[in-house]
Amino acid sequence: MAIQTPNGFSLDNTGQRIVVDPVTRIEGHLRIEVNIDESNIIRNAVSTGTMWRGLEVILKGRDPRDAWAFTQRICGVCTGTHALTSVRAVEDALGIQIPENANIIRNIMQLTLQVHDHLVHFYHLHALDWVDVVSALSADPRATSELAQSISSWPKSSPGYFRDLQTRLKKFVESGQLGLFRNGYWGHAAYKLPAEANLMAVAHYLEALDFQKEIKKIHTVFGGKNPHPNWLVGGVPCPINVSDTGAVGAINIERLNLVKNIIDQSRRFVEQVYLPDLMAIASFYKDWNYGGGLSSTNVLSYGDIPDYANDYSAGNLLLPRGAIINGNLNEVHEVDLRDSEEIQEFVSHSWYRYADEDIGLHPWDGVTEPNFDPGKNFKGTKTRIDSLDESAKYSWIKSPRWKGHAMEVGPLARYIIGYASNIPEFKEPTEKLLTDLGLPVNALFSTLGRTAARGLECAWAAEKLQYFYARLIDNIRAGDSATANIERWEPATWPKDVKGVGFTEAPRGALGHWVHIKDTRIENYQAVVPTTWNAGPRDAEGNIGAYEAALMNTPVDNAEQPLEILRTIHSFDPCLACSTHVMSPEGEELVNVTVR
Amino acid sequence: MSSDRRALVLGVGNILWADEGFGVRCVEAFARTYRVPDKLVVADGGTQGLYLVDLLREHDPVVIFDAVDFGDAPGTLRVVEDDDIPAFVGAHKMSLHQAGLQDVIACARLLGGCASNMLLVGAQPEELEDYGGSLRPLVRAAIPPALAVAQRYLADHGIEVQRQQEKPRGAGVITPGLDLESYESGRPDDSMACRYGDGRILSRTPQS
Repeated sequence: MAIQTPNGFSLDNTGQRIVVDPVTRIEGHLRIEVNIDESNIIRNAVSTGTMWRGLEVILKGRDPRDAWAFTQRICGVCTGTHALTSVRAVEDALGIQIPENANIIRNIMQLTLQVHDHLVHFYHLHALDWVDVVSALSADPRATSELAQSISSWPKSSPGYFRDLQTRLKKFVESGQLGLFRNGYWGHAAYKLPAEANLMAVAHYLEALDFQKEIKKIHTVFGGKNPHPNWLVGGVPCPINVSDTGAVGAINIERLNLVKNIIDQSRRFVEQVYLPDLMAIASFYKDWNYGGGLSSTNVLSYGDIPDYANDYSAGNLLLPRGAIINGNLNEVHEVDLRDSEEIQEFVSHSWYRYADEDIGLHPWDGVTEPNFDPGKNFKGTKTRIDSLDESAKYSWIKSPRWKGHAMEVGPLARYIIGYASNIPEFKEPTEKLLTDLGLPVNALFSTLGRTAARGLECAWAAEKLQYFYARLIDNIRAGDSATANIERWEPATWPKDVKGVGFTEAPRGALGHWVHIKDTRIENYQAVVPTTWNAGPRDAEGNIGAYEAALMNTPVDNAEQPLEILRTIHSFDPCLACSTHVMSPEGEELVNVTVR
Repeated sequence: MSSDRRALVLGVGNILWADEGFGVRCVEAFARTYRVPDKLVVADGGTQGLYLVDLLREHDPVVIFDAVDFGDAPGTLRVVEDDDIPAFVGAHKMSLHQAGLQDVIACARLLGGCASNMLLVGAQPEELEDYGGSLRPLVRAAIPPALAVAQRYLADHGIEVQRQQEKPRGAGVITPGLDLESYESGRPDDSMACRYGDGRILSRTPQS
């Protein structure tokens, strides 16, 4: 029997159940269950985080000035974004103003991460849902070269280049070291690219992997080291000393030139490789218009990239802030992270306990008390669940809601909000992309729309890197070399009991840290991360979450190889290491379909 | 040495998951114990996964410290060289996204220029499920012998590292605040920050 959800989906769990666990090529541990009808169309979707995070536990009692370093270790992917969010939360609590240069350098760090993460996501985590590596082995290198030259002026495109690459790839595959490529559904009917497009994409997969090491050098320059660059409450930890040529750690002309060079290269790579590939791949999948989910109705962005320091109001944020609900693009609502009635986390379908589970809690009042109870109707045993009971609690992820609404966050959400706000730098590239592909605006609300928005945003971020680099140089020329404000570094200068909130737009969506500092120590720390917004379960009202919504009504070509589920889930760039809590026992095979 | 590249001593793993932090704690100790010559780089690789590929392509020789499940007694060290390494690290997933060291090495080879001299110094972990916890005593005791293995290997490849008067916390490799002493001493006790969740989920008993 079908159930109608308040957010507009018709759920029917009577058909064949497909369990995908674990979903790979993602950070952390995610399980997806769906029911398909007799025509193989998904009619019910269940998203479950099977890990349990303990961020609150490791930070309680610590020095708030160190919190960023801990949050940076939660996972290997959004390290810098967590660090930035953390220092902003602590500065907000303690009333610390940062110098203009610190804001610019932080923006450069954050935009660098945005470019890096989007590029790596597209090529290394998502492209293989569209690109068949094995098919690339049968491509004609000459035809591949013609294809590459027809879509871009990128120089690495000769027949010899593709021939060498193909030979290397063949040797690699024949030696049994398929490595990262070993887990694909190669040959699946849903792969639509000709062999030549596959070979070109694999070549760029390797070029992107090689190039990403350059982008990271920007983090080394401003953060002192990489991996794990340094951050600082009150500013940035790098002094500026342009007259000096060799001081360890100081920003001098040589280092600034290096940064400029990398920024320019990044922009070139994104414009000449990433975007043309995106367009080429998308043109073969235009009729695969599934996966929109909540994007056409409910999207949220906290905004980020403050143009000038210490002003976190919407008008000063270059990545737009706002919320759109019920599909009304004519109204972009303001978002207030401090308002206890706006952002709330619910646990009625999560393995936690609240005194009253019909209500949600604002993160400053957040409670994380585990309560593993899989309900009555799950199949299997409690330590080996074959299929979950989504009418009960079924995930280690909480359900965040904005004014009670389930929301999608991420690049697509940001672009829709930018589009609806009539901001030309978001609206125009979006319209151009749709025109070039011959698609209507509605096509944006899809898995491919999500993937395309990420590419557009990557180009936007590369351009903004140039903007902030120029601003930094102007400031330095004008004699401003301040990078940190240490007036309130000493705990003796702090108020006794304060709360603060810091936010960013992580590559995968809205990220907020809420901190409560009491007697100079962290009393409570709560992070609501993008994947919590997107991967969260149903709420007390029965609204399904963003992943769940995006899977609905998608046809699955082969139930044993649900490539379509992977496409849509990967399009969100999932990162569960921080959205969920401690791992479930390993070796516990919950797998019906082992998805790669 | 096979080239004019600098050598690398790399620690991998997540310090927040108890013995998972072995590799990173080794490089922290290495930088505190030895004077690091110019031709050697000491790096805390954390859980950076695929992002570590370039480190393997830019350095040679490479020593990697890691917590590895060999099925031995806790704290037991095993030393594995070159082509044998991938076989031993396959089960160990790091990050970006869930790529293990095996994938990182495979990628470095596919891209070309992977270090031709690699040594894995692995310790058998005892506890991986204590979030926010530190190394267990048997695993911590494996750090000095692990460093000695690395020192000998580097010497065999023409890189002498000398002991020095112990450097202060972190020694520039790891952020102050995350160094072993601060990390351990700053941890609140159980009564202040309950760190145990539901036993049915968190217990790692053999029957599960």
